[in-house]
Amino acid sequence: MSETIKNFLYLNRKAPYGTIYAWESLEVVLIGAAFDQDVSLAFVEDGVFQLTKNQDTAAVGMKNFSPTYAALGDYEVKKIYVEKESLDERGLSLDDLQHLTWEDEDDDWAEKDSIRLVTRAEMTAIMDGADVVFSF
Amino acid sequence: MSTLHTVNKSPFEKTSLAACLGHASAGSAVLLLEDGVYAALSQTSAEDQVKGALDSVKVYVLGPDLRARGLPEERVIPGISVVDYGGFVDLAAEHEKVQAWL
Repeated sequence: MSETIKNFLYLNRKAPYGTIYAWESLEVVLIGAAFDQDVSLAFVEDGVFQLTKNQDTAAVGMKNFSPTYAALGDYEVKKIYVEKESLDERGLSLDDLQHLTWEDEDDDWAEKDSIRLVTRAEMTAIMDGADVVFSF
Repeated sequence: MSTLHTVNKSPFEKTSLAACLGHASAGSAVLLLEDGVYAALSQTSAEDQVKGALDSVKVYVLGPDLRARGLPEERVIPGISVVDYGGFVDLAAEHEKVQAWL
């Protein structure tokens, strides 16, 4: 096996539930996490709606997959970039999103924030810096 | 008897809402459902579109789709009525026809 570690960026642009993209992305991220790559997630445009807290799908008869985002830290997914402009356009702030964390084994398992709020310009640089971009 | 229009796409991604509001005659009703419920949120870039329509059409939003997406009813633009599936059925029955904007 090659030991080259690539920088994978999963780009999420769709709202959850209306289409299957959000769930499919999450499934691919979890599968990909088994391959020891450098994984980042980006949430822009309607993709930011995937991370809202208090999702309750009981009345619509669909699976609520939002709790799975909280497990990403256990899969060594520590970089979750959320675009500020996308939140602003949708009347949202970080407080409306789940608080996602990961545990740093090099720092006595301290709990650290996974979500990083970035500007559109910073997101552009993150996209440019990725070796591979998976689009959903 | 008038028409019940339904919009199930996000106003930030598709032009379905704008097309619907541009063609909904005065006195008709618009129901926001599935990803269309994002149009019911206050303080978004789509808010003015919906607020402008409230003078001439009745606007409804499907509560179960709000809850699925983690959107509290307190965030819904005043003047928009939240309905459940039973309310959806009533609206469909009360109107002459249902026109879907996909």
